[in-house]
Amino acid sequence: MKIDDIKREFPIFDDKIQNNDLVYLDSANSSQKPRVVVDRIYDFYTKEFSNVGRSVHYLAVAATNLYEQTRVSVQKYINAKDKDEIVFTKGATEAINLVANTFGQKYLSEGDEVLLTELEHHSNYVPWHFLRKAKNIKIEFAEINDDGEVTLEAIEKKITNKTKIISVSHLSNVTGAILPIKEIVQLAHSKNIPVLIDGCQGAPHLKLDMQDIDCDFYAISGHKMYGPTGIGVLYAKKKWLEDLPPYQGGGGMINEVKKEGITYGELPNKYEAGTMATAQVIAFNESIKFMEKIGIQNIEKHEKELLDYGLEKLRKNNSVNIIGNPKEKGGVISFTIEGVHPHDIATILDEDGVAIRAGHHCCQILHDKLNLPATARASFGVYNTKDDIDKLDEAINKCKKIFNL
Amino acid sequence: MDIKDLYQEIILDHGKNPRNLGKFDNYNKDAKGNNPLCGDNVHVYLRLNENKKVEDIAFEGHGCAISMASASIMTDMVRGKEEKEVKEIVTDFLGMIKEKDSLETNILKDDEKTKLMSLSGVKQYPMRVKCATLSWHTLTSALDNSDQIIKTEE
Repeated sequence: MKIDDIKREFPIFDDKIQNNDLVYLDSANSSQKPRVVVDRIYDFYTKEFSNVGRSVHYLAVAATNLYEQTRVSVQKYINAKDKDEIVFTKGATEAINLVANTFGQKYLSEGDEVLLTELEHHSNYVPWHFLRKAKNIKIEFAEINDDGEVTLEAIEKKITNKTKIISVSHLSNVTGAILPIKEIVQLAHSKNIPVLIDGCQGAPHLKLDMQDIDCDFYAISGHKMYGPTGIGVLYAKKKWLEDLPPYQGGGGMINEVKKEGITYGELPNKYEAGTMATAQVIAFNESIKFMEKIGIQNIEKHEKELLDYGLEKLRKNNSVNIIGNPKEKGGVISFTIEGVHPHDIATILDEDGVAIRAGHHCCQILHDKLNLPATARASFGVYNTKDDIDKLDEAINKCKKIFNL
Repeated sequence: MDIKDLYQEIILDHGKNPRNLGKFDNYNKDAKGNNPLCGDNVHVYLRLNENKKVEDIAFEGHGCAISMASASIMTDMVRGKEEKEVKEIVTDFLGMIKEKDSLETNILKDDEKTKLMSLSGVKQYPMRVKCATLSWHTLTSALDNSDQIIKTEE
C-alpha cells in the first residue's frame, strides 16, 4: 500500500465536513477508522453475531474463534511470548486501572512509593491516586527537563528503596517525547521493580517488541490505532497475570462458583469478566492487519517526515511557540500563539476544517509545570500529508489576522 | 455564520484587556468557577453593601477570549446594580445564550444589551457556550454564598 493513497482507505475523508475538506490533526486523541474496520463491525453484526466463549452453537463457536484470532494477532504484533499475555479491556485507561488495582491490592501498603513522571496522562495518575487515598501510598514524579523530555537520570533520581512500581508513558501526548523505556526497564529490573508502560501514543506509531522492551505491563488503546472505541489491551507477563488477583468479577472469569466459595478461570479469562466488546475486538484485528500491511517502519518514516516538515513550517511562523524540543519525538506538535488562547485557536482553525485539540490534553501536572493553562496540539496519523500541514499553517495565519497580530 | 461574528471587535478588546481584572480588599462575597474540560478558571469577588447593591466587583482567572470578555463585560454591567437586578440580568443572559433570540430585561439599557449580545455568537459553537457562561454561573454562586465550586459541565 502506498502511503500517499492511504487517505482513500478512510471513508471520513470522502465527504466534506462543514463544507471543508477535513484536515484531521487530532490522532493523538483518537484516530479515524479505515473502511476495513468499519465494514468488519457491520459484517459481524449482520452476518456473524453471537456472544463468545459460552454457547456451543455454530455462531458462538465461530465468533469465539474470531475473537481469539485478534488475541493472536495482537500477540504477534507486539511480540508477546504467549497469547494468554494479551488481556482485552475497554481501553488503555482500564488496562492501567487493572494493574493499579490488582498490583495495589497485593503489593502496596502504607508508605510505599509509585514512580510516575510529570508528563503522564491523567489515566496514568488518577488510578494511582486512588491507592494514595485508600492505602496511604506515596506518588513520586520524575521531572521533565527544559526540552520536555524525561531522561533515564530523572527516573533514577526518584527511585528509592520504597519504590514498588514504575509507570511511565512511552510517548508523551503533549511534547511528543519518546521515553527511553528499554533503559528504564533495565534500570528498574536491576532493582527488582516492575514497570508499566502507558503505550497509548506508542502503539499507534512505534514498533513494539515486548521481548526487547521487557516491560512487565504495556497498556494499549485500540481507538488510537485505527481501531474501534471501547477496546484496549493490557499486555502483562504471564507471571503477573497468574500472580495478581482478578480485577472485575462476573461471568466468564470463573472456574467454579459455590455458595461457600469461588475459583477463578484460567488466563486470559480471569481478567475478562462479563460480555466483552466482541465486535470491537474482532474489528480490531482489521486495524492490526491494516497497520501490518502498511508496515510500522513505513508509518514511522512517514510520520517523522510530517513532523520534521511541520516543525520547520511552524518554527518559521512568527508568534508560534512550540512546546518542548525532545531529541526523540513522535508526531505531536503542541504550540501556543502569543496573544491567542488555545481554545480560540481551535475554534478558528475548525472554521477551515482543520481539526486540532486545545486544552491541557489530560495532562494538568505537565501544564502546571510548563506554567501554561492550555496548549493547542496538532497530532499526526498515517493519513496526513504535507498539504495538511500547509493548511494548518494557513489557518494559523488567519487566526493571527483575526486577533490583529 | 462567519467566525468574525464570534470574534467581534468588542470581544477581542475585552478579551485582550479585560476590565475589572484582579482582586480588591474589602470584598464580602466570592466564588470560584472551573471549566474542567479545558482548565479555564475564574474567581469572582464582589462587595454587596447594606442596601444589597453591588458596590464593587472584580475577577481573577485565565481563559480564552470568549470567557475573559464575558467576565469583563459582566463585571462592568452589574456594578452599581441591586442583587435582585443582578440575578435578573444573569437569568436573562443565560436564557439568551441557551435559547432566546434577545434579552428581555428592562434593567439594562439598549447599549448595554447590544454589548451583551456581542456574546450571542457562541450559540453557534456549542462547545464554546461554557466559556461564555462560566463567570455568570460563578457570579450567581458568589451571591448565593455557595461554597460549591462551579463547574461548567451540566
